Amino acid sequence: MSIWDYANPRRFMRVSSWLLPWSTALAAVTLAVGLGWGFFFTPDDFRQGSTVKILYLHVPAAMMAINIWVMMLVASMIWLIRRHHVSALAAKAAAPIGLTMTLIALATGAIWGQPMWGTWWAWDPRLTSFLILGLFYLGYIALWEAVENPDTAADLTGVLCLVGSVFALLSRYAVLFWSQGLHQGASLSLDRKENVHDVFWLPLVTCIAGFVLFFVALLLLRTRTEIRARRLKALLARERMA
Amino acid sequence: MIAVLVRDLRLSIRSGGGFGLALAFFLIVVTLVPFGVGPEAAVLARIGPGILWVAALLACLLSLDRLFATDAEDGALDLLATAPLPLEGVVAAKALAHWIVTGLPLTLAAPVFGLLYDLPPPVWGWLLGSLALGTPALSVIGAFGAALTVGLKRGGLLLSLLVLPLYVPTLIFGAEAVRRGADGLPAATPLLMLGGITLGAAALLPFAAAAAIRVNLR
Repeated sequence: MSIWDYANPRRFMRVSSWLLPWSTALAAVTLAVGLGWGFFFTPDDFRQGSTVKILYLHVPAAMMAINIWVMMLVASMIWLIRRHHVSALAAKAAAPIGLTMTLIALATGAIWGQPMWGTWWAWDPRLTSFLILGLFYLGYIALWEAVENPDTAADLTGVLCLVGSVFALLSRYAVLFWSQGLHQGASLSLDRKENVHDVFWLPLVTCIAGFVLFFVALLLLRTRTEIRARRLKALLARERMA
Repeated sequence: MIAVLVRDLRLSIRSGGGFGLALAFFLIVVTLVPFGVGPEAAVLARIGPGILWVAALLACLLSLDRLFATDAEDGALDLLATAPLPLEGVVAAKALAHWIVTGLPLTLAAPVFGLLYDLPPPVWGWLLGSLALGTPALSVIGAFGAALTVGLKRGGLLLSLLVLPLYVPTLIFGAEAVRRGADGLPAATPLLMLGGITLGAAALLPFAAAAAIRVNLR
């Protein structure tokens, strides 16, 4: 049995109906533990006081905003190459979640930046490239909404996603070239022994896992909705024909 | 390809509104900005290059929605798609025609507009060079956006939402090259990046645009 079997909508519906409650429950538990731990049981930072705790929302949201775009890219390629409808619908379902994550990252960043940097917004490379990423999400969602034929829409948004990915990367480096940053560098990486002190690190990892699970649950839910909407449309069309 | 190019050029010149319109729009944007930010020469000279680049970008956007739409309406696009010339070639020729009608006049006229903003003569060269290198990329990227929205009834606003984020790297490097040139800093890096974007976009995006047109004609 290969992974492509799940591209069958019927099988996808069956597996996802089993997965959805589990992933939802797991996401709820992980998020509650991670956020509760982060907000109430970690010490205040020496310099930043309690504002540092917004990190538990900001970092996972920012990571997800980028990763969801990558997921959409993979799903679009699967659609363009192998024409599995579930894949196109999953990419469609992921876009609004990605946009929301981008907005959460920007909003929490602004709320943290106001007391720490003394400004809500700065034209910093990271902030600016996130704003541009948000614009890419907007354009992608708008194109899905604008095209009537679902297969045409899936094709066009797939091509847009491929081209957009290249330009999103280009913008990232162009923006780096354009302005000096205020935002700190990456503080998390896999090949370092200790990224931040364990006291902050463990709840942060829990929160990241919670966001990933939360995304999976939302994605399954939204993809199921899209499939059901597609079925409903087909049934209505059949009824009109009869 | 040359036939398509000549046809498009002839159409845009004779139908009116193509050739002069982008330039007139450019002039209007350039005229309006000082009303918004005030007439101090120092401020205008500081922001001049950026304004000229943004104005060029908007002027380029203005005529994009007609790039394929008029041909799609009268059926010429179907004929072009079935012609022996590959659709990628058609897209490239049409993007080139679009550049000759909008980008090239803007580039040549930019020093005159630079005069309005009190830019010193050495900056004109940087302005000319960066616009000459960068505006072809604007036309090719725009052709891709126009190809995506060709089947839509009201694609104009969507087109700008799709295309403007794609313009970001071109704008950054273009404006940065002029700014560095004006400040006497080495400006070769942004110019090279700008040329790279133009070449890369011209080489790859016609394929994406042709794919989008084929989907839309299906």
